Amino acid sequence: MSKNTRVKIGLEVHVQITSLRTKLFCSCPSNYRGKPPNSNVCPVCLGLPGALPVVNREAIREALKVALALNSKINKLLIFTRKHYFYPDLPKNYQISQYDGMGSLPIAKGGFIRIENDSLSKIVRIRRINIEEDPGRITYPTGSIVTSPYTLIDYNRSGVALLEIVTEPDLESPKEARIFISKLVSILEHLGVTNPELEGAVRVDANISIEGGERVEIKNIGSPKDVEKALQYEIARQSAIVKSGGSVNRETRHWDKGKGITVSSRAKELEEDYRYFPDPDLPPIPISSDLIDEVRSTLPELPGDRIKRLMSEYGLSKYLAHVVVIRSKLLADAFESAVRECGNASTIASILVNELLRWVDECGITIEEGLKRLTTKRICKLVRYLKEKKLSSKLIKEYIKKIITEDIDPDDLIGKGYVSIMDLEYLSNVIEEVFKENPKAVEDAKKNPKAINYLVGQVMKKTMGKADPQLTYELINKRLKENVC
Amino acid sequence: MKAPLTINELKEYVMNDPDFILEYVEKIYDVISSIEPKVRAFITLRPREEVIRDAEAVIAKIKSRTAGYLVGCLIAVKDNIITKGIRTTCASRMLQDFVPPYNATVVERLREEDAIIIGKTNMDEFAMGSTTENSAFFSTRNPWDLTRVPGGSSGGSATAVAALEATASLGSDTGGSIRAPAAYTATVGLKPSYGLVSRFGLIAYANSLEQIGPICRSVSDVAVLLDVISGFDPRDSTSIKRGRQRGFYTACMERELESEIKVAIIREMFSDGIEAPVKTIFNSVLDKLESNGFHVEEVSVPELKYALPTYYIIATAEASSNLARYDGIRYGYHIVVEGRSWYDVYSDVRSTAFGDEVKRRILVGSFVLSAGYYDEYYLRASKVRRVIRDRLLRILSSFDVIASPTMPVLPPRFGERITDPLKLYAMDVNTVPANLSGLPAISLPAGFVGNLPVGFQLMSKMFSECELLTISKFIEDLLNIAPAIPELVRHHV
Repeated sequence: MSKNTRVKIGLEVHVQITSLRTKLFCSCPSNYRGKPPNSNVCPVCLGLPGALPVVNREAIREALKVALALNSKINKLLIFTRKHYFYPDLPKNYQISQYDGMGSLPIAKGGFIRIENDSLSKIVRIRRINIEEDPGRITYPTGSIVTSPYTLIDYNRSGVALLEIVTEPDLESPKEARIFISKLVSILEHLGVTNPELEGAVRVDANISIEGGERVEIKNIGSPKDVEKALQYEIARQSAIVKSGGSVNRETRHWDKGKGITVSSRAKELEEDYRYFPDPDLPPIPISSDLIDEVRSTLPELPGDRIKRLMSEYGLSKYLAHVVVIRSKLLADAFESAVRECGNASTIASILVNELLRWVDECGITIEEGLKRLTTKRICKLVRYLKEKKLSSKLIKEYIKKIITEDIDPDDLIGKGYVSIMDLEYLSNVIEEVFKENPKAVEDAKKNPKAINYLVGQVMKKTMGKADPQLTYELINKRLKENVC
Repeated sequence: MKAPLTINELKEYVMNDPDFILEYVEKIYDVISSIEPKVRAFITLRPREEVIRDAEAVIAKIKSRTAGYLVGCLIAVKDNIITKGIRTTCASRMLQDFVPPYNATVVERLREEDAIIIGKTNMDEFAMGSTTENSAFFSTRNPWDLTRVPGGSSGGSATAVAALEATASLGSDTGGSIRAPAAYTATVGLKPSYGLVSRFGLIAYANSLEQIGPICRSVSDVAVLLDVISGFDPRDSTSIKRGRQRGFYTACMERELESEIKVAIIREMFSDGIEAPVKTIFNSVLDKLESNGFHVEEVSVPELKYALPTYYIIATAEASSNLARYDGIRYGYHIVVEGRSWYDVYSDVRSTAFGDEVKRRILVGSFVLSAGYYDEYYLRASKVRRVIRDRLLRILSSFDVIASPTMPVLPPRFGERITDPLKLYAMDVNTVPANLSGLPAISLPAGFVGNLPVGFQLMSKMFSECELLTISKFIEDLLNIAPAIPELVRHHV
C-alpha cells in the first residue's frame, strides 16, 4: 500500500453487556457460555407465539453509562424498533433493535473518543449507540458452511443484550482502527459493562473505502488485532483492483481468520429493506434527567484519566501507563493492588507489561488466567527477592515464565534448582555459617570427601531445603579447598 | 335437569351442592354432542373424562373451602390464546399441531379461580376476518340460523356461549372480533380498554390494537370474567399499572345510574352501507333510552371515514411483522428440509401453511412498511389514528357513551362477503374506532330481525369499564332480551 492512499474507515462495534444477570427482554441468564445447546431459553427469547418482551431496566442503565462516557447526547425517549430479515438464527425473524428514523431513535447520538496514535492525538466521532438483542448462533458440524451436510442452531445466546456503537468514517488507517477499538473496549471494561475476554463479547464490522472506490463492509471481526489485519488485507486488495484499472464495488465481505483474508458474501447493490417500525409491544420509555444524573454520579474513573493518574501518582512512563491501562483493566487493577502492597511501581509495571503480557500471549491464555497465577502476593515476593538480591533481574524473567506456564509459587521455584548468581552470595553466607558452627565436620570433610554430605545437609536444613544440593556441594567443596591453602 | 344460564346462577347451585358441577359438566357435554356437529364452534374440545377429573378437583377444593371465584365455570377459549398442554392452532395449518409449553396470563388467572377450560374455539385464521370463514379447518355456523356466519373472528367463542356449549368464553378483539360475533349471536361481548387485560400469551395479530375480552350471556357475567382476567401483568409492557380489586367490576352491577346518561351518536357511523332493519332496531333502542331519561345527541366526526383504511394499514403492518416468525423451523408446520436451502424451505412453508387472507395481509403490511412507502402509509396512518383518538376522547369528555349499531349489516350468508375483501372489511366500520383509540366497547343484544340478532355497541372513556358495564346492565334489564337462547338449543333449557 502506498503511503498516500486515502482511506476512510468507519466501525460498528457490537458489545455484549456481560454485566447483566439476565437477557435483554426475558429472565433467562445472560451468561449462556458453556451450557448445553438450547438449554438457556424460554418462550420469549425463542420467539414462541404469544410471548412478549419486557425490557431489562439494568440494560438501560448500562447503555446510559456508555453514552455518558463517550460524551454522547442521550435521547429523552427510549424507543425500540423491529428490524426484519429472515435468518435461522433470528427466532422471530426480526431483531428488536433501535434505529435513527422511521419513528424511532437510538438511545444516544453523537459523542467522541480521543485516541493516541504514536504522539498524535485524534478525535474519532461516534455516530450513534443502539441497544439491541443478540441472535442465536448457527454452527456447522464440520465447521464450514460448504462442507456441512446440515446446520445446527443454538438459541442460548438469543436475546442477550448488545450495544452497537457506530463511528463516523474518521479512521484513516488499520492501525488507527485497532487503537480506537482498544480504547473503546478499555472504556467499556472500566465502566464494568463488558468483559472483553469472553469469547464473542466484542464483534466488529468495518466499513472501508479507498479513494475512488465504493464502500465495502467487512463483517464479524473479533479482536482489535484482527480488525487491523482484515483492514490491511482489504486495502491491499482494493488498491490492487484500482491499480489494474478496475473499480471497487459495494459489497459485504467476511473475515476468514484462519486464512487471513476477506471473502465476498453478497453483492450489496440495493440497500436491504429491513422494514423498520417501532415495536408495538414496547412502549417508549422516558429517560429522565434525574436518571441520567444518577447514572453519571456512579461513573468510575475512565482510562484517559487513569493513564494520567498512573503517570503522576506512580511516575510511570506514558508508554507503560498506557499499556497497563488500555491492554486490560485487570492489568491496571493488578498493578495498583501490587503497588499498594509492596511499592516499586516501575518494577511492577515492567513485570506486568514486559513479562506477564509476553507469556500470556505465547501461552494463548487470557490476562485474567495469567493474573490468577501471577498474583499480587507472588508479584510482591518477586519484588522482595529482587530487592534483597536473592534473584537477579535476569532470573526474574525465568521465574515469571515458570509461574505463568506452571502456576507455581516463587518459593517453590527456589527449591527446584532455580538458584541464581546472586543466590551464590546468599548460599556462601549460609555455608560460612555452617562452617563456623561445625569445625569438626569441616575437618572431617577435608580428609574424607564423603563427609561433605553432612555439611550439605546442614545447609539444606538452614535454607529449609531450598538450596540446590548440587550447587551447595560444589560450593562447599571449593570452600574446603580454599581452607586447605 | 336444571341448566343455569348465568355464572351467578351457576354459583348459587354449586354453593348449595358442590357435586352439581358434575351434573353440569354432563349436561354441557350432552348439549355439545347434539349441537356441536351443527355449529362446529370448537377446534379442540377436551375429553369429557378429563374435564370431569378437573371438576372433581374443584369440588374437593370447595369442600375444603379453598375454591376460587369461578367454581363450576366451563370456559371456552379462543384458539389464539395460549394454553399449556392444549393444542393452540390460531385456526391455521401453520400451527395445527402446536402444543404450547406455557399458559397465557388470562388462562393462568382463570385457573387460579378454578374455572375449567372446556376447549379451544374456532376463529378466522390468525384472527383475520369478520365471519370465521377464514378458519383453515372449517366454518362455524350461526346457532340462530345455520345458513349464516356467526361473525368473527371470535366466532367459535360466541357460538359456544350462545349454543350453551360453555358457561362463558374468551375472545380477542383487534378490529371488532369480540363485538361482531357477540352482535351476531345475541351475546354480550366486551373489548376492554387497551392495557387493561394482559396480552401475554395472546398470539399477536396487531399488538397495538388488540385486547382479550369476555363473551357471555349477560352483562353481569362479563363483569365477573373481567374481574378475573384484568389487571397489571409484569410480563406485558403495555399492561396498565392498576391494582386488582377483587370483585370491582361485579360490584358495578349493583350500582344505580347516577344522573342523566348522555349518549352521543356519530353521524359517520350510519353510512350508506348500513342495512335498514339494523337502523330500525337501533333507533327503537334509542327511543326506549330516551323515554328512560337518557339524553341522546348526534355529533359528527368527519375523520371517521378514514378509520377503516387507517385500521387496515396499521393492522396489516403489525401482522406482517408478527407473522414473520412462522417459518416451520422451531415449531409448527413442518416439511422435509433435507437437501434444501433455508430460504427455499421458508418460502415453501409460508406459501403452503398460510391461508389466502393471511398472505394478503402480510403482503399489504410488508408493502406499507417498506422503504419509500413508510411515510406515505404507516406514518400517515399513525397520525390519523391519533386524530381519531383525540376526536373520540373529546366527545367522551361531554358524553358518557358513544352508541352505534355494532355491525352495519345482518349476519351474512356463507360466501356472501368473503369473496370481496373490501365488502368484508367494510363490516368493521363501526368497531375499529375503539381499537384505533384504545377505548373500551361493548356489544349488547338489541333485538332481532326475524330470528337474526342485532347488536348495540357502546364505547366509553379509557378504563371506565365500571360505568360502561353499569349502563349496559341498565339497558340489558330495560330490553329484557338476555340471556337470549336460539331455537336450536331451547329444548335443553
